[in-house]
Amino acid sequence: MLLSFHSHSSSPPKLPHSSEKYSTELRFSALRRHSPRLSPLKQSNYRRIFTTRTENNKLSISASLSDNGSPATSFDYDLVIIGAGVGGHGAALHAVEKGLRTAIIEGDVIGGTCVNRGCVPSKALLAVSGRMRELQNEHHLKALGLQVSAASYDRQGVADHANNLASKIRNNLTNSMKALGVDILTGVGTILGPQKVKFGGVGLSDNVITAKDIIIATGSVPFVPKGIEVDGKTVITSDHALKLEFVPEWIAIVGSGYIGLEFSDVYTALGSEVTFIEALDQLMPGFDPEISKLAQRVLINPRKIDYHTGVFATKITPARNGHPVIIELTDAKSKEPKDTLEVDAALIATGRAPFTKGLGLENINVATQRGFIPVDERMRVIDEKGNLVPHVYCIGDANGKLMLAHAASAQGISVVEQVSGKDHVLNHLSIPAACFTHPEISMVGLTEPQAKEKAEKEGFNISIAKTSFKANTKALAENEAEGLAKLIYRPDNGEILGVHIFGLHAADLIHEASNAIALGTRIQDIKYAVHAHPTLSEVLDELFKSAKLSDEVSSSSARQPVAV
Amino acid sequence: MSASLLLQATITPSISFSSSVSNSVKLSRVGFNPTRNARRVGPIQAKIREIFMPALSSTMTEGKIVSWIKSEGDLLSKGESVVVVESDKADMDVETFYDGILAAIVVGEGETAPVGAPIGLLAESEAEIEEAKAKAKNSGGPAKISEVPATKSEPAPVSAPVAEVSAPPADGPRKIVLTPFAKKLAKQHKVDVNSVVGSGPFGRITPGDIEAAAGIVSKSVSVAAAPVASPVAAAAEPVKAAGKSSFAEIPGSTVVPFTTMQAAVSKNMVESLNVPTFRVGYPVSTDALDALYEKVKPKGVTMTALLAKAAAMALAQHPVVNSSCKDGKTFTYNSSINIAVAVAINGGLITPVLPDADKLDLYLLSQKWKELVEKARAKTLQPHEYNSGTFTLSNLGMFGVDRFDAILPPGQGAIMAVGASKPTVVADKDGFFSVKNKMLVNVTADHRVIYGADLAAFLQTFAKIIENPDSLTL
Repeated sequence: MLLSFHSHSSSPPKLPHSSEKYSTELRFSALRRHSPRLSPLKQSNYRRIFTTRTENNKLSISASLSDNGSPATSFDYDLVIIGAGVGGHGAALHAVEKGLRTAIIEGDVIGGTCVNRGCVPSKALLAVSGRMRELQNEHHLKALGLQVSAASYDRQGVADHANNLASKIRNNLTNSMKALGVDILTGVGTILGPQKVKFGGVGLSDNVITAKDIIIATGSVPFVPKGIEVDGKTVITSDHALKLEFVPEWIAIVGSGYIGLEFSDVYTALGSEVTFIEALDQLMPGFDPEISKLAQRVLINPRKIDYHTGVFATKITPARNGHPVIIELTDAKSKEPKDTLEVDAALIATGRAPFTKGLGLENINVATQRGFIPVDERMRVIDEKGNLVPHVYCIGDANGKLMLAHAASAQGISVVEQVSGKDHVLNHLSIPAACFTHPEISMVGLTEPQAKEKAEKEGFNISIAKTSFKANTKALAENEAEGLAKLIYRPDNGEILGVHIFGLHAADLIHEASNAIALGTRIQDIKYAVHAHPTLSEVLDELFKSAKLSDEVSSSSARQPVAV
Repeated sequence: MSASLLLQATITPSISFSSSVSNSVKLSRVGFNPTRNARRVGPIQAKIREIFMPALSSTMTEGKIVSWIKSEGDLLSKGESVVVVESDKADMDVETFYDGILAAIVVGEGETAPVGAPIGLLAESEAEIEEAKAKAKNSGGPAKISEVPATKSEPAPVSAPVAEVSAPPADGPRKIVLTPFAKKLAKQHKVDVNSVVGSGPFGRITPGDIEAAAGIVSKSVSVAAAPVASPVAAAAEPVKAAGKSSFAEIPGSTVVPFTTMQAAVSKNMVESLNVPTFRVGYPVSTDALDALYEKVKPKGVTMTALLAKAAAMALAQHPVVNSSCKDGKTFTYNSSINIAVAVAINGGLITPVLPDADKLDLYLLSQKWKELVEKARAKTLQPHEYNSGTFTLSNLGMFGVDRFDAILPPGQGAIMAVGASKPTVVADKDGFFSVKNKMLVNVTADHRVIYGADLAAFLQTFAKIIENPDSLTL
């Protein structure tokens, strides 16, 4: 589910009101300087946007594109954001920078899923699991000349580390907003009508405020398929698992995406055995096939993990009355019962479902699609009839475009750009994603099959370049040479279509590639960029240098020497 | 001892490994070892082919099996990937050139083989599987030895799938549940899971059960040995799997668990390894003591009481020998001198304590000792009566032992081992020979608190008291 963004973005909802110039083509290349299929008009239009973004910070709000002549009334706020997760926070900070009077409504805790029940505490657990893994790997330590006697851990200590990290980041987030003058309003936010929001809830008085623009950033909750009974103790979701209340001897993880993989890393490092249950025929279905194959060899096969693929967990009963957790598996194709598993615990990591309860969508005639709030490429909310709802935007997991914290934040910034008068469309293909296993997996852009499909449709060729961490000095020094970087590109013009990395610190390495995609940097230019030696970044340096481009492609920067 | 045994075991099979595989199997590819090939012509006509460790790069001399994509018994078709091999450069899938059945895996996952060495056997038809397996077994390669416990139950492969099919409703015969790691180990060590009784929760088979069935003593042994990158290592792990890792099991031996007392002794003895001890011996002339003993014996005084009293009096003059080191940082000087005396009682060992041995007179001490021994036999000693010692005395002289070495009990500073008193020819300073009774005492002490000179001075005092024992009766 997390990885479904490509299909989402390649089939945008058809909008009667969306004019010709906002074609998908423009959307994908919003941040590129040279998009081959832009008409001259579009290109000039785009260039204007691109330049005004930086030059004209104080553009008046009345120039907003979405201000379609509504009477100039005075609002309590210029912008109200419902939901103070990473998306809402990113939007709020940018709004203040743009001079907007901003309020943020939060009914739960500041920081949302990422900070409290997601990326942040899981990184704390993974930091522990990474170290445990190192300390337990006698062979690896010996190769470095280290001797460590039996490593062990204190479960509560590990759990506390995760909890402390979450509260620290939560405080940072809260303080940063307070310091900038963002009003934090406590309660559940409900849209009452155009530009009108109520907040309040049990034990709180209801307040109604008006805002010129509204951003919905209510996020998501763990998705639990039908038939699975979550008791929070033996059958759990990531929300519970992050508290690490117990470390089962044997845990089944339903779903082998980011969340499942990261937890398998944590649990196996802490001594659990893991059984994956994956509905698709292959583990790690969202990743580039070559990467997932290698990842399986490193992250699954040598560890205390087995798996069942092509099956649904149709019924999961928590441990009770002296029985273990019982999982009924059903064949994904034939729908026949296939097997029954008895384990100590089950973690449901089947993705996340948008959270839009109590948002008052009916008041603005918006119907969710599979739970998600429909939006256009500018995050503008679309109502039941397919019309844009003025002044209402939705960012982050609630719109389902790309369920990643940093994507939500980027979408929020894009919306703030728009409401403060500059058109902006986010290129989702430039948004990197990472899975923090040991070693890490990261990616940006298209996978090889996706690139092939696109190439076939649009009639160009793609090439693949690969480099290994085994050839990297720094990786060898760390004795962590297991890894691969893969580049998918167009040999005819040097465009980077996708980069996938599996290896030490892959999550930190991907940004050179994602920035190149975002800025439209071509291989013929980036290959001349210099990397410090010896660093892991040379893996990407090698990667770009090993790409074979057609003869007619020449570097733009190489032609313009700069004296220093 | 265990290390040398291990070394030997790892080398032997690896030699037979390379030679015996090649001699009995018809080679299907050139480039292996022509001389060996010519020397022994395989009489077997069956189509069993070897899967070789391929040369994936010009610099590759050996390769590590990353994983077997196919399992034993899997049908292979030409061009299909069978195994993933890691070379010095990259991981690569290795394809089969022939159709057939993967009959046996000779080199398991994670193990290394030189280029050209057989890593698996490919049978053309099902009929040849057994033959191929036999070959793999003869070759002495991995898994052969560990397969022994599994071979008895031949019908196993048949019953396993049946159990699985009938299992889902959880009725009928209990389904075999293996944890993920147990499953891996069972595959790796070829353990027939039907013959394993699960000891885990809900009767599931744990990794420990599989290891026990495969005869592996400890997990860490195999983990540590596995990654050694030499052809020798290929045979190392399975040998350990056969249970020869450190303690060979001698047929007919019986295993008797420790009693509580024996377990306590065992624990204390192992704990003593944390203390840096040293020993000082001293010969003591006992003629005067023996004379005294003859005198006081009718009054119920035992030799133990005499020695305890003498030791206690010497300790009073050398308090550091009565001290102990509890935390590695401080001296603990004990306010009283309590002499613990080691006593063997059927199948065990206990140390009743004579409290304030320096203060009590010889007769009271003897009486106390008698009480303690009776209590020890009746197993009614109270904890303070056997664990409050500050110095221990161990005497094996009555057996004729002339000298021995005692292990320092945890929490004490020193222990004295007393040997038998024996007539010895001695020369005095004027060169006159005489025969005197001499007894060797040997003190083991914690060098963190008690140094050599301390012990020497203490022993000198002790010897003086024994040699002029009149003070003992005061």
